[in-house]
Amino acid sequence: MSGAGEIVFDRVSKTYPGRQGHALEELSLDIPGGTFCVLVGPSGGGKTTALKMVNRLISFDSGDIRIDGRSVRELPAVELRRGIGYVIQQTGLFPHMTVGDNVATVPRLLGWEKARVQARVAELLDLVGLEQGDAKRYPAQLSGGQGQRVGLARALAADPPVLLMDEPFGALDPITRHRLQLELRRLHREVAKTVIFVTHDIDEAITMGDRIAILREGGRLAQYDTPDAILANPADAFVEQFIGEDRALRRLALRHVGDVQLSHVQGTVPGTWPEVAVTTTVRNALSLMVGSGSDGVLVVGDDGAAKGVLELKQVEELLR
Amino acid sequence: MRAHWGDTLQPRLVEHVELTLIAVSLGFLFAFGLALLSHRIRVIEQPIALAAALIYTIPSVAAFLVLLPVYGVSTTTIVIPLTGYSLVILYPNIVAGLRAAPQDVLEAARGMGLTSGQVLTRVELPLALPAIIGGLRIAVVSTVSIATIAALIGGKGLGGPIFLALQEPTPFRTEIYSAGGLVVALALACDLVLVGAKRSLIRWTR
Repeated sequence: MSGAGEIVFDRVSKTYPGRQGHALEELSLDIPGGTFCVLVGPSGGGKTTALKMVNRLISFDSGDIRIDGRSVRELPAVELRRGIGYVIQQTGLFPHMTVGDNVATVPRLLGWEKARVQARVAELLDLVGLEQGDAKRYPAQLSGGQGQRVGLARALAADPPVLLMDEPFGALDPITRHRLQLELRRLHREVAKTVIFVTHDIDEAITMGDRIAILREGGRLAQYDTPDAILANPADAFVEQFIGEDRALRRLALRHVGDVQLSHVQGTVPGTWPEVAVTTTVRNALSLMVGSGSDGVLVVGDDGAAKGVLELKQVEELLR
Repeated sequence: MRAHWGDTLQPRLVEHVELTLIAVSLGFLFAFGLALLSHRIRVIEQPIALAAALIYTIPSVAAFLVLLPVYGVSTTTIVIPLTGYSLVILYPNIVAGLRAAPQDVLEAARGMGLTSGQVLTRVELPLALPAIIGGLRIAVVSTVSIATIAALIGGKGLGGPIFLALQEPTPFRTEIYSAGGLVVALALACDLVLVGAKRSLIRWTR
């Protein structure tokens, strides 16, 4: 499989026999190639169901799912899956295989030569931040975070255009989780794959997603847009409640003061105004203003030179 | 004991090892085949387990005597019941072993594009090894022990010297102790071999 990995859900529906209501109801999503798309929502929203339909671990009743214009039903399931990376929460690492053998699984299924497999394993361990020596270890000897790194390396092994991730960081402690979130974002910029990432955590969705699809009970799509647009204009009361009353602050957290049009420093800046770095989020800058009782902050570049000021009234304008 | 080693004990020991090996190997082949079958067709598991348990309840002496008119004084007469008895241990252990693969591991395997045959040979069977070897250990030890009774048919195995000694007007205990001791030693030795096999085959735990 090659191509950019555009994924289209076209009115996909599913009901489970003997169960009330839909698992998924007429889900339509257009996920452009290279997008990091997060499926988020309460349990019973069908987000994992939707994810597993892409690699056909779960079947659908009607509609279609296409990757680069080709229906996932066209290929034999086994062949389809070898072209799609798959990461799950419990890692699903093979306990009886070393880290290296785990990562080599799909390349070997595809019949790669030994030397190529070895080189790829080494490259991937590097990419996900593991040491070469880890290749000889067994999954039982890894920490939760390391296990999930191996899971990611294994999923990326054959360089698939599409990566499916089912609550990959759900079982990790908050610190490890945050670190892996940041690294996955960085990785995504490097490898340019279409990612579908399932989580029930709206914070994670906002941090990770280029686009967020919010699913609600009964497998209905509540809203599908960029994090900023969803926070600015929630589609209905359900979305509003799901993203929380602090959505204005969440929006500010998405932007860095360095990306905002700053005012020029005119005259002297009041000495009580806090100094912040360009990489500070607007949310944290606001917090400093409120905390220090000042009407603005002084933004300082990496070299220590003042870049400009961000005033309280500008922050309000950002939210308009 | 040394006086009887070459003419009595050693040949009997070799016979005993033979009987055990044949019975456990055959039992393993049957149990393995049946376990694979019931791994695919779940409904037959309970009936097979029940049948194995029923076979186990047949007293060994009765089984030998029933088969005697059919197969005569032969290895076959001895091996059939021993094989049957091993099923009650081997079959459930292999079935449980095949079921030992965690759900998330199976899902990841399928999700990565392993065929169901590859899931069996590359994931389920390797993960079943600890349970399979565990079952083999018990089966071997119990077969070594039950094979002693096989000496009723043609005096084969280490039970031979024991039964002979018991027929003496004043039983001479040396045979009983030396042959009995060898049965215990053989069982221990077999167990050690299997523990060694387990250690070298299964390096992923811990």
